[in-house]
Amino acid sequence: MDTVEAPTTTAVTPSSTSSERDEGVLHAALIGNPNTGKSTLFNALTGMRQRVGNYSGVTVERVEGRYQSETGRLVTILDLPGTYSVSGNSPDEEIALSVLLGRAEGVDAPEVVIVVLDAQNLERNLFLASQVLELGLPTVIALNQVDAAEAAGLRIDAVELTLELGAPVVPTVATRGRGLDVLKRAVERATELPRPERRFSLPPELAAVLAPVDGCLTRGGLSPSAAALESLRLLAVGTVQGHLAGIDGLEAAVQRAQADLEGQGYYPRALEAELRYGWIAGVIERTVHRPGASGSTLTDRIDSVVLHRVVGPIIFLVLMALVFQSIFTWASPLMDWVESLIGGLGVAVGSLLPAGDLQSLLVDGVIAGVGSVLVFLPQIAVLFLFIGFLEDTGYMARAAFIMDRFMRGVGLHGRSFIPMLSGYACAVPGIMATRTIENPKDRLTTIMVVPLMSCSARLPIYTLLIGTFIPPIAVAGVFNLQGLTLLAMYLLGTVTALAVAALFKKSLLKGPSRPMIMELPPYRLPDLRSLALNVSHRVGLFLRKAGTIILALSILLWALASYPKTLPGASMGEEAAREAQLANSFLGQAGQVIEPLVRPLGYDWKIGVGILSSFAAREVFVSTMGTIYGIGDATETSGDLRDQLRAERHPRTGAPVYTPLVAVGLMVFYVYAMMCMSTNAIVVRETGGGWQGARWAVFQFAWMLALAYGAAFIVYRTGLALGLGA
Amino acid sequence: MRHLADLKPGERARVATVGGESDAARRLMDLGLIRGTTVEVVRTAPLGDPIEVRLRGFMLSLRRAEAEHITVE
Ligand SMILES: Nc1nc2c(ncn2[C@@H]2O[C@H](COP(=O)(O)OP(=O)(O)OP(=O)(O)O)[C@@H](O)[C@H]2O)c(=O)[nH]1
Repeated sequence: MDTVEAPTTTAVTPSSTSSERDEGVLHAALIGNPNTGKSTLFNALTGMRQRVGNYSGVTVERVEGRYQSETGRLVTILDLPGTYSVSGNSPDEEIALSVLLGRAEGVDAPEVVIVVLDAQNLERNLFLASQVLELGLPTVIALNQVDAAEAAGLRIDAVELTLELGAPVVPTVATRGRGLDVLKRAVERATELPRPERRFSLPPELAAVLAPVDGCLTRGGLSPSAAALESLRLLAVGTVQGHLAGIDGLEAAVQRAQADLEGQGYYPRALEAELRYGWIAGVIERTVHRPGASGSTLTDRIDSVVLHRVVGPIIFLVLMALVFQSIFTWASPLMDWVESLIGGLGVAVGSLLPAGDLQSLLVDGVIAGVGSVLVFLPQIAVLFLFIGFLEDTGYMARAAFIMDRFMRGVGLHGRSFIPMLSGYACAVPGIMATRTIENPKDRLTTIMVVPLMSCSARLPIYTLLIGTFIPPIAVAGVFNLQGLTLLAMYLLGTVTALAVAALFKKSLLKGPSRPMIMELPPYRLPDLRSLALNVSHRVGLFLRKAGTIILALSILLWALASYPKTLPGASMGEEAAREAQLANSFLGQAGQVIEPLVRPLGYDWKIGVGILSSFAAREVFVSTMGTIYGIGDATETSGDLRDQLRAERHPRTGAPVYTPLVAVGLMVFYVYAMMCMSTNAIVVRETGGGWQGARWAVFQFAWMLALAYGAAFIVYRTGLALGLGA
Repeated sequence: MRHLADLKPGERARVATVGGESDAARRLMDLGLIRGTTVEVVRTAPLGDPIEVRLRGFMLSLRRAEAEHITVE
């Protein structure tokens, strides 16, 4: 678990982790439907003192925070995943229920539950509330978004609702911090109040049928209130799984109850929902005043354009194009700035230290290596900003709605589209955006294929190779062969990503299909503060996760390229000396050792060295080739480097080493190869962390490398057979 | 028997039964799509699937394959 310590906005006394187990600490859990404002409320309560991690064994994000109450008591809050119910089969729902029942591994059982309700959507939100209330834990209800509800003409009687629910209801506006003091007070005092309980009673014939199931459950160690909740749920599910699996005779009791109910004309699967919504209808009638019928809302009017059959997809395309346009135009000045900053830092450190290994380690190893990844930070941040914006406005769900049919073709959900699209800029934000994909197998599949989309770190390689080896001849009058080659590389990555996704969904990640039911939330103006916090949170996460690995790898690669030392000959220029050093270094030797491996692809040891050095980040290939060819500070557009590459000859045969065919094969290699430590690090985290995540990351690296090698081999060999080798 | 998937955009109906794959049916029922609930098909996605429905004051997207297991009257 890693710690996020952003500056606090409220006065919170820092406390050490050990004091968390202290007597006086109150453990609370926050639960609510998606889009209720739960995260906003959490941030407002805890002032960003948050710890983020995963629940053990699953990829559900676990967020905890704390605050100090008026009376000085420390309150910890566990932000449970946003769910519509705690009795379904999704990982989010299972986690939420097991935390509430105190069964989750490594999680303190909550002493107070805060249920966040969206006042605009009380009816549906009360379903979850009714489930939580009957667990009998001290409960406080935060009736959030009352401002928006009032604006829509809804008046909700909080006192009446308190009486109906048997738990204090506190109206709040999380975005403006309204009601938080009252809420905090209610949380602290909730344990003094009578425990909430089930608010509706079962018809006697139902209670009689369920009694044996309840009995089984209580004998299995459940509290009577948990047993009552579980028995209704089991009627709906039918099978006994997970934590209940060990209870004697339970499955038989459930099946008998189902059969009895069917005999009495009930529909057991729907019973829980019908009972709860039946009770909710009465509560709504007594607590919500809705003068007049509501006309069409703003969201309806926006959607009639944004989701229009013809206009909708056009808006979608234009929006995506704009996003990409601005990623490149906004981010590139920032990237140039970061680059010159890193360059300047390198020069400054270089001049401060005497020439030698330490200087070289810091300048060529640490600063250059970490810098090669840091230059992408602006782009990553801008992409996070856009993804956050799309999520917060509500457009993300619309994009999924529009693209679902398309993604279904490869067995995925519409929600996989934006993460894959983000991959064209950078896989890191794309992979982090897969959190909105509910089905774990879909999410893993998406994570596996996002890095196949050609990201911007591949562009320098494509540019170098296309500019050098592909003639700028016109094709069919209007097209240019160089442009078409570039397009082909992007298409190759995209088509492969879709094909591999389909393959994974049919093999390794096959599973029962999960429902594709998704709410289309009302449009909202995003809250800029929480958007900014969200972006900085994700950027920080990236820096911590990727930064350490990149640092370590940069030092390793530097050492491999710097040792053993080659003493420069007397007449050698600086560049020739660097070339000789690299050629004789461990890295250069490794390139020569692996030459037999890359020769079938048409490469010599120098390309081998380039590939090895780009292990941490793809675009390093370009600067390594520059070093090998004795060109200082080469970029993908350096004329010198291009001339050198064209002029390179085989020592024995005298034939050119680099033909257009080799260049195309090499580009195909980079379309597929997973040469990006940042992505590897993020994949580890997003697939469960620890060994579980590491296994996925290694697997991904391996299959992508195999694919890259195989494809480059086929391209080269087919080309040779067709006589394109010259 | 008519199904939710058969309704045209703008048409409303009352739900009679919710069937189909159990996770999907459960999710729909948790969201309040149960016997007697009034649903309106609002629109179809540009590619023909999924569909958007309105119930209990909010909007839901579901695939036709799921809507085919919901009978309405
Ligand atoms: N008008 C109004 N908007 C709010 C309030 N609380 C939150 N919002 C907005 O509601 C939207 C959703 O808030 P989040 O905090 O992301 O909601 P969430 O419940 O965590 O949603 P998920 O992240 O989808 O689980 C954001 O755009 C908030 O700015 C409120 O009290 N009033």
